[in-house]
Amino acid sequence: MSDVALTVLVLAAISYAFKSAGPLVLGGDRQLAPWLDRLALLLPAPLLAALVASSTLVTDRQWAIDGRIVGLAVAALALWRRLPFVIVVILAAASTALVRQL
Amino acid sequence: MTGPGTRRYGVAVLEADRRTRNQILRQAASISLAVTPFAAAFGVLCAEANFSLTETVGFSTLVFGGSAQFASATVLADSGTVAAAVTAGALLNLRSMAFGIVMAPALKGPLWWRVVVSQLMIDESTAIGVARTELRWRRFGYLAGGIGVFVLWNLFTVLGFTILGGAGDLVTDLGIDATIPAAFLALLWPRLSHPDQRLIAAIGAAVAVVTAPLLPAGIPIVAAGLAVVVLRPWRSEP
Repeated sequence: MSDVALTVLVLAAISYAFKSAGPLVLGGDRQLAPWLDRLALLLPAPLLAALVASSTLVTDRQWAIDGRIVGLAVAALALWRRLPFVIVVILAAASTALVRQL
Repeated sequence: MTGPGTRRYGVAVLEADRRTRNQILRQAASISLAVTPFAAAFGVLCAEANFSLTETVGFSTLVFGGSAQFASATVLADSGTVAAAVTAGALLNLRSMAFGIVMAPALKGPLWWRVVVSQLMIDESTAIGVARTELRWRRFGYLAGGIGVFVLWNLFTVLGFTILGGAGDLVTDLGIDATIPAAFLALLWPRLSHPDQRLIAAIGAAVAVVTAPLLPAGIPIVAAGLAVVVLRPWRSEP
């Protein structure tokens, strides 16, 4: 089995355990331990920020600055202006493409 | 109980029900459409990383959680280990456990039913569900959002993989690779309204970039999660 297929299966099993814990096991009247609840609330921000930063500034484990950083800046501007997601993504792609043409 | 007054009341209730149902369906439709560019971007990411179509669709059907899929696939695309890819994805999906506990009272039913609907436990279905107060509408909103997103998410994963993914040089020429950081940023954006979240996001980003040349691929993303310790999540808050 390829690494990718193995990752899909293991991650799917873990994700399903998280998703189904409430409806299958815990029922309606129990709650998560407060520390686990806070962890679940806090973890996405640093992880997603790490993914934003490294998918913009890192290539093959080395720092690299290229057109992607312009795309990200434009995306941030578009999000700040509350534009729809589709437009955000298109603007990011278009501005990066433009910079690469220069 | 069958006087004209009751009948009128009954009609009014039906009318209100119809309005609520349509409102929820509209919300579900717009949220489902909103995720399509991310699904297409995910398909492109997988094609660029030379995953097979089966593996790619496997992510979208079996894992079915946008940020977790992106994180995990990004780690693999950077030649990270299976362990790093699974950990990065699992940490991002931990929140679906919290969603499940909130949604559980609205999802009661036979075991097979709860087994099936649990797979739809994502940000979007939970958001539409919890926006309602009555349990039956929570259930309806969860199902409408979950099914709508599931169908379009998988459809656009395939479209992104097959149409855009095979484009080769076109991907960099058209800046399609830049849609990945933009997608991550869009997922992060709503969380940045809170100062605590901004702080740990900044620390997480810094940790990931600084450690990128030093640690094996994927580990910097997982390490970024440690940023939460500055807020001491184990301490009980007032």
